Amino acid sequence: MSNSVKRFEVFRMFFAIVISLLISFVIIFLVSKEPLTAIYTLITGPFKSRRNFANVIEAMIPLMFTGIGVCIMFSANQINLAGEGAFHLGGLVASVVALQLGLPAGVSPVVAILLSGLVGAVFTAIPAVLKIKTNSSILVSSLMLNYIALWFATFILMHFICDPSIGSASYTIPDASTLPTLIAKTRIHPGLILALACAVLGYIFLFKSKIGYELRLTGQNEEFAKYSGINIVKVVLVSQLLGGFIAGMGGGVELLSPIYTRFSWTSLLGYGWDAIIICTLSKNNPLYTPLAALFLAYLRTGASIMARYTDVTLEIVQITQGIIILLVVAEQFLSGYKHKMIAKEAMASLKEEEVH
Amino acid sequence: MLKNILSPDFINAILRASTPILFATLASAIASKSGITNMALEGMLLFSALFGVIFSSLTHSFLGGLLITMVIGGLIGFFLAFFILQLKTDEILAAIALNLIATGGTVLLMLAVSGDRGASTSISSVSAPTIYIPGVAQIPFLGKVLSGQNLMTWLSLIAVVVVHIFLYKTPMGLKIRAVGENKNAAESVGISSKKIQYIALVLSGVLCSMGGYFLSGGYMNMFTKDMSAGKGFIALAASSMGADTPIGGFLVTMLFGIAQALGNLMQLTTIPTELIQMIPYLTTLIGLAIYSYAVMKRKNRLGAHN
Amino acid sequence: MLAKETVLEMQHIMKIYSNGVVANEDVSLDLKKGEIHALLGENGAGKSTLMKVLFGIEIPDQGKILLNGAETTIKSPQDAISKGIGMVHQHFMLLPSLTVAENIILGVEPRKKKFFIDMKQAIRSAKEIAEKYNFDIDVSARVEEIPVGIKQKVEILKALYRGADILILDEPTAVLTPQETEELFIQLEKLRDDGHTVIFISHKLDEIKRICDRATIMRSGKSMGTYNVNEISTSDMSKLMVGREVVLEFDKQPAKVKDVMLSVSHLDAYNAQGVQKVRDLSFDLHGGEILGIAGVEGNGQSELIDAITGMSKKYSGTITIKGEDIKNDSIRDIRQKKLAHIPEDRMTAGCAAHLNIQENMFANQYTDPKYSGKVMLKSKVIQMRSDELIKEYLVKCKSQKQEVGMLSGGNIQKVIVAREFSTGPDIIIANQPTRGIDVGASEFIRRKLLEFRDAGCAVILVSADLNEIFSLSDRLAVMYKGNFSGVFTDVAKVTEEELGQYMLGLKNDSENGGASHE
Repeated sequence: MSNSVKRFEVFRMFFAIVISLLISFVIIFLVSKEPLTAIYTLITGPFKSRRNFANVIEAMIPLMFTGIGVCIMFSANQINLAGEGAFHLGGLVASVVALQLGLPAGVSPVVAILLSGLVGAVFTAIPAVLKIKTNSSILVSSLMLNYIALWFATFILMHFICDPSIGSASYTIPDASTLPTLIAKTRIHPGLILALACAVLGYIFLFKSKIGYELRLTGQNEEFAKYSGINIVKVVLVSQLLGGFIAGMGGGVELLSPIYTRFSWTSLLGYGWDAIIICTLSKNNPLYTPLAALFLAYLRTGASIMARYTDVTLEIVQITQGIIILLVVAEQFLSGYKHKMIAKEAMASLKEEEVH
Repeated sequence: MLKNILSPDFINAILRASTPILFATLASAIASKSGITNMALEGMLLFSALFGVIFSSLTHSFLGGLLITMVIGGLIGFFLAFFILQLKTDEILAAIALNLIATGGTVLLMLAVSGDRGASTSISSVSAPTIYIPGVAQIPFLGKVLSGQNLMTWLSLIAVVVVHIFLYKTPMGLKIRAVGENKNAAESVGISSKKIQYIALVLSGVLCSMGGYFLSGGYMNMFTKDMSAGKGFIALAASSMGADTPIGGFLVTMLFGIAQALGNLMQLTTIPTELIQMIPYLTTLIGLAIYSYAVMKRKNRLGAHN
Repeated sequence: MLAKETVLEMQHIMKIYSNGVVANEDVSLDLKKGEIHALLGENGAGKSTLMKVLFGIEIPDQGKILLNGAETTIKSPQDAISKGIGMVHQHFMLLPSLTVAENIILGVEPRKKKFFIDMKQAIRSAKEIAEKYNFDIDVSARVEEIPVGIKQKVEILKALYRGADILILDEPTAVLTPQETEELFIQLEKLRDDGHTVIFISHKLDEIKRICDRATIMRSGKSMGTYNVNEISTSDMSKLMVGREVVLEFDKQPAKVKDVMLSVSHLDAYNAQGVQKVRDLSFDLHGGEILGIAGVEGNGQSELIDAITGMSKKYSGTITIKGEDIKNDSIRDIRQKKLAHIPEDRMTAGCAAHLNIQENMFANQYTDPKYSGKVMLKSKVIQMRSDELIKEYLVKCKSQKQEVGMLSGGNIQKVIVAREFSTGPDIIIANQPTRGIDVGASEFIRRKLLEFRDAGCAVILVSADLNEIFSLSDRLAVMYKGNFSGVFTDVAKVTEEELGQYMLGLKNDSENGGASHE
């Protein structure tokens, strides 16, 4: 991509976000009795206190994990939505390991997180294997699998790790397994470092490693990849395994973080869907996921503060997210400008050639 | 247990559980036949469940509520079509966006309209009526099945027939199938594929909205947050397992209904509920794999044949 | 022949595409009622463009169309259909899951009670029209279940049902068996006797001789004239059709032929639909020579290339590279035997348009220890090498980070050639290497091919550009119906006329033992 087209893409995304926010503000005006206070709280809330800002960082972490996972899965051009279930199972596996294995402190979280990653990997590979073996749609099977994961996790929760005194939550995760806080008076935990590491490693994997290169070639043009001698089946499997691993790990990390004390997920949390907007905003590049996650986390934290102090509910964020996806992905949005720009460039390069 | 299965209540349970999914499955079938995967069914169900409650309450009439909901359903379909066909948005991502907007939008709207959070308890909506057929109710077994069904259940069954006739017996249906199968071929005889896909998505929205209406005005008597609970996705799967035909979709939907109803019965047994809840999804996953495999084999055979 | 009335005239048609290609230059064509009119010409001679103009798919830049003596414009296919012009495309425009009757009535459905298709009426009309023209078709069968020959009949019926008086058939016999072809001819004759006009696009001279009344011959976008078929010999027809415009001059060294690099023996190859396209083909390719393969498209060239390069395994017989059988080799294994492949369609198989130049340049060699370790790519080396290749192959671009899709066709092709040639190949398979690209890039690629041949590389060159074939080949083979109809070792002595006769199957050495020409 030439620089001006790249600049245009950045501008287009910025513009889409601004429009989405404006639409959301209009909605706030329509539903709220105190719209200005609400919008003010939404925007400034996250900066109001140390705790609020810490909340933004905390909320970023799971978004980054699933975002990176989905980036990798989508880079191979496979619309696999099982990241949601992988995250959920990751949380389950981590809690089971923490509660049942009784591993010593230090070892336990590492084992728990690795295992949750592995389970996530196997889980997201299922739709890919089904696609390869039976040609059934990855999209549809991954949607079904998410619910299977949900009910499976609930089953384990209710029958094996349930704390009868609470009812629908597990026993308290032992201290040996929980992740410590990094910064005093916040719940920011080492998961942040791991997530950032994943973003960098994910970038290196996709853009600097051999298999990542194969993966992108396959995602961009499968016929070309085949012609170049790439083993497509291997590439698809690796991408889905790795993406699921990161998403699953994210679930494990989240559950062992200071935010949770027990496993109590009895409905899907939606991080799989959030991952798609992270992916859209970061253009499938893991390196940009922290930025996208930061933006989303900021918006959400702001919204939840707004929901606490005003009459506007948290759900406004989902609308904003939806509109952002629509506008960012709509190829024709501002496409007129893009064509003009490309034409201008083409003319310029023609002139350049004449000079030579 | 066997006695329970053979009872009319069991059949009623099947029909009740499958009504919303059936509408959505038909909606998916029409969209798929025109060549578009409508993954926004989930959001459409949710939106129309809320609009059903709001407008039946405003019009004090079941019919008024249903009709307005259907119109809005059509508009949502049009909105989706506009993004997919006009602005060239990826259909899956557009659907994901629409589903997100529905999840948030319904809660917000409910709050704005009624001040309710979570469930629309303060809206006095009018549910779809139950149809008692005089005289029939006395017939053993059959009477209890035929009489006492919700009107929407009847409508969903009628819709199967109507959509079948529409797709296979009318010029528009033929055009929809033609566009979905091969755009170029359809356009070579003067059919505008864009127009046809617009029509298909609008109809898909209308059908889906009827399913949504039943969710909050039949299956339950109010709107609750996230009440579609994946039914739109199941419908998408059911439709593709039923080869995107209304009859096929109907049969698969009934299979879900049976799975669900069996599940309800099994709750009386010692089998954990969570595993029972899993059954419909598992059935779909396996069913879809088997079906796709069979299609793939058949295609290979045809390929070798020619 | 009786003077029949003229139904349609195309006068001085000029069509220039937006990329500057002049597809039709002052072409005129007149059609008479009740004739079968052949349109003859090589690939790229402008036949398709002329027919697209007639069928309303393309709007001509100059010239006019007269229908029954009155000037008219044809704005779209619908417009053409309504004016009684029907077209049967080479790739059928049928819907496999629908029945024959449904396909025929699509878009013009008979109705009952306003809202429903009158299927009975549809079937009745479909049957009627089939019977009228002696088409033996089960109109209620699904199209996916009927053989290709019948599918074509359905296409013809579709046009007739819409009231076509003028019927364009684009290479109708390309997909048919001899029996089906014969059947088609009988039906076409019946249509002619019925007063219809048929335009028959073909390269097959015997078929044209067999059923056409007149023939218009095209070459390089121009009309070479219209002739009464019974007044012109097939060799004259082929001479008019095949001709060299410019003679390309290269100071070519005599070939220094080395060992056999590639050997094909008794190859039968099939296309994706399972149709046999290569029949019992055997040949050897030596280092240091360019084997040019000429031939009308669709005579098995693509399937031969796919088998050699590993893109398709649908073949029987043996292909060996440097003595090793490649039947069980993956594409990568074959490439590792130092085979380079310039694919026929550069955008589908040749590149990833949204990736940058650098990323496209190493797709075939990133596993080389020069460019990658066990896990990671050696980005710096790749970057340096990319810049070298961009310079060496004169790729015009802003930087190696530019998306390949943003380059011109010629520069995209240079990226592909740079990628394929930079591995130091022993065998080069070049399939239409200069199709649709500018003169400068073509010249450059041709010189590169010669350079490699001089360095001892074995080259197969498949090309529709006869000038290219003539000027580069050390040996020239003509492919016809899945085999070499002729192989010439002294390319300079081959006349265009002779080549045309081999391309069109008028002469065929493979049928009498496959003698090689000195």
